[in-house]
Amino acid sequence: MISLAHYLTVAAILFTIGVLGIFLNRRNVILMLMAIELILLAVNINLVAFSAYLGDLTGQVLAMFVLTVAAAEAAIGLAILVIFFRRRGSIAVDDVNRMRG
Amino acid sequence: MIGLLAFYLFATLTIASALSVIFSRNPVHSVLWLIVAFFNAAGLMLLVGAEFIAMLLVIVYVGAVAVLFLFVVMMLDVDFASLRRGFTQNLPFGIIIALVLLAEIVVAVSAWHAGPTLSGRPIAASPATPNIVALGQLLYSRYLFPFEIAGLILLVAMIGAIVLTHRRRGDTRTPKVSRQLRRRPQDATRLTQPGVGEGVKL
Repeated sequence: MISLAHYLTVAAILFTIGVLGIFLNRRNVILMLMAIELILLAVNINLVAFSAYLGDLTGQVLAMFVLTVAAAEAAIGLAILVIFFRRRGSIAVDDVNRMRG
Repeated sequence: MIGLLAFYLFATLTIASALSVIFSRNPVHSVLWLIVAFFNAAGLMLLVGAEFIAMLLVIVYVGAVAVLFLFVVMMLDVDFASLRRGFTQNLPFGIIIALVLLAEIVVAVSAWHAGPTLSGRPIAASPATPNIVALGQLLYSRYLFPFEIAGLILLVAMIGAIVLTHRRRGDTRTPKVSRQLRRRPQDATRLTQPGVGEGVKL
């Protein structure tokens, strides 16, 4: 029998992996964006699991909105990454703070 | 029984591929592992009967976002080996943070008291209306305004991405609209009636 706790455990582990990915790849923005996608995926799993076990579809509607925002965030983030690379020739985020003005 | 087996298969594969995403050396491999993770998460969502979200996950994430990532990773000629520097240095700190976070989540979940509607209820059997029909009815009635806002967010993201990455090239010859509009027919054309064998003087 699959219980809600199963889903919450998977989502918690996935969320932790995402946070770990952000901390480990401090210099690589692409991997940081991927880790953010993993975190949002964990949130979506939680929302869908709660929605299924409560018998309320609101959670799935909310998961759809999270998906929308995640797609928009990826598009904008990668666009910023492309112009950053064009200007500096690298994507190391250690020296992003030099981009003033 | 088969459901439980499928759950453990999807969950294990999701977590394993998520770990591969953050630990693999090549970012292209990371994106491919991300695709595997999303497929298995879609399987997890199928198991609880959220078919539409599962399909959306495959279409939006695998079809659009992962391809976008792959495109950017392959387009930018980045020396990824140098970006790995500091990985081992950050490793203990990152693992400590992750463990603290996981412990917090575990404490929060175990301290959380499940209400009577939630405790140990199995997955709802397939209801009378299909998932996508129910979701569509909800989306176009009660959540119409947030739905429109979501569309607006996507529009803003699209325009923003285009504006950010658009590069105006200096060496192209574009038509000058104001000059074209200022030109009158009498400046441009002249009617002449040349005699036989004379030709037209320009």
